[in-house]
Amino acid sequence: MSLLAASGIEAGYGQMRVLTDVRFEVEEGEFLGILGHNGMGKSTLLKALCGEIPLTRGAIAFADRDVGKLAVHARARAGIGYVPQGRQIFPALTVRENMLMAALGSGRPATVADRVLAKFPRLQPIVDRAGGVLSGGEQQILALARCLCGEPKLLLLDEPTEGVQPSIRDEISDTLLRLRRDFGLTLLLVEQNIQFMQSLADRVLHMEKGRVSAGHDEAAGALAF
Amino acid sequence: MDYIVIIVLQLAVTVANLALIAAGLAIVFGMMRVINFAHGEFLMLGGYAAIVSHRAGVNLWIAMFVVAPLVVGAVGAVLERLVIRRLYGRMIDTMLATWGISLALIGLVTVVFGNTVSGISPPLGSLEVGRYAIGRYELLLAVVCAALYGGGWLLLRRTSFGLIARGTMQNRTMAAALGVDPGRVYAVTFAAGAAVTGLAGALIAPIAGVVPTIGAAYIAKAFITVISGGAAIIAGTLSSATLLGSINTAFAFAFSPVLGEVALLAAAVILLRLLPQGITGRFFRKSL
Repeated sequence: MSLLAASGIEAGYGQMRVLTDVRFEVEEGEFLGILGHNGMGKSTLLKALCGEIPLTRGAIAFADRDVGKLAVHARARAGIGYVPQGRQIFPALTVRENMLMAALGSGRPATVADRVLAKFPRLQPIVDRAGGVLSGGEQQILALARCLCGEPKLLLLDEPTEGVQPSIRDEISDTLLRLRRDFGLTLLLVEQNIQFMQSLADRVLHMEKGRVSAGHDEAAGALAF
Repeated sequence: MDYIVIIVLQLAVTVANLALIAAGLAIVFGMMRVINFAHGEFLMLGGYAAIVSHRAGVNLWIAMFVVAPLVVGAVGAVLERLVIRRLYGRMIDTMLATWGISLALIGLVTVVFGNTVSGISPPLGSLEVGRYAIGRYELLLAVVCAALYGGGWLLLRRTSFGLIARGTMQNRTMAAALGVDPGRVYAVTFAAGAAVTGLAGALIAPIAGVVPTIGAAYIAKAFITVISGGAAIIAGTLSSATLLGSINTAFAFAFSPVLGEVALLAAAVILLRLLPQGITGRFFRKSL
């Protein structure tokens, strides 16, 4: 059964259309990857799915519900978790406060944040440090942990390896696999790093000039360079 | 000795006065970045709400601590919904719109109450210190001011609404992606800022009296205090009120009250030249 279905969605910024007739489905429990170069519309796609930019056409079904017209916070509360590019950690809040904000902000009890924190040994020694002073890798792990505090069913991940050291990259991919198992998550990852994608995704789609298509080997080979 | 005691008490009163005038603006401008040119008129409305309801038979303390914040908070909530909400992030438009609101409120209040000074005499009498005396009511203001800032600190630091409000003001888009309705948080925060301003307006009304145009006397000082304070709204506003209030008092005692005001403004200009990010841009950076 599909958890998320995008049918013919179009969206963009002002007069500029970025996404054209995007159709795909994410199955419950699946780890779907969407691969594409810079500027192909990957981030725009995730923004359209989580509601940051409005659809000009098409529909989004999530858990058998039409969410295409819901506000960002309503989609988050319905179970769509979004980890944006650049992490967007609240700089003046501590690690713990960043996580509490996500739990309380989505109407969950504070204990959810403690439960999630228990799964992230990496964050435990730095819970009282301000979000703004963390390294890129720490921020990325915190962004994941924070998102889980809203107890999402689906996680939208926008280039989690961007600006992160290679050693941390492996840690992030291990973390993602572990979280998928522990929390029974469905994941949608957009990336341009093909190795990272291949080590994680069950199925990979390609994105080019605002359209999503099934993967084929030449395209994958070309992207590896 | 008596002279020193009275100077210290007068200092506390001056600082509290500045901190009270600026408190609501610290929320609306310091936290939400809304340049509210109607801040002075919110203070004026608080004063009228207290005086009018007291004359209608309401107990003075209830008029100041309950009626005034409720009335101005409600006015703020309505204006947020009708005007401010549409202008978040548009600084120039916000300035023009709130300036318009300011003029409209002055006009409206003048039509209703006339362009005359209304007042109530400060309750509680005065406290004698040797050959000098200071109003007990003014000292009470300092205590209320301390309680207000202490309460604000607890609210921001210890409650879930405080945490959500701090996060939302830092990154509105991300807060929404985590399930927070930013529109609601902004509306509640603005109304709270207006209510605090109403309370402050009511508290200073017995000392200063109210006229429809009295907002103009407060707004510059309020902005100067909040801007000099910098990013941390509580520690910042309190520390700049203390610094500017001390300079004001020192010059007022040494020369004249008018020179005290001039010195306050001059000090703020020098302060912002040396510390463009305000006091908490350099000191107490981890505070709230």
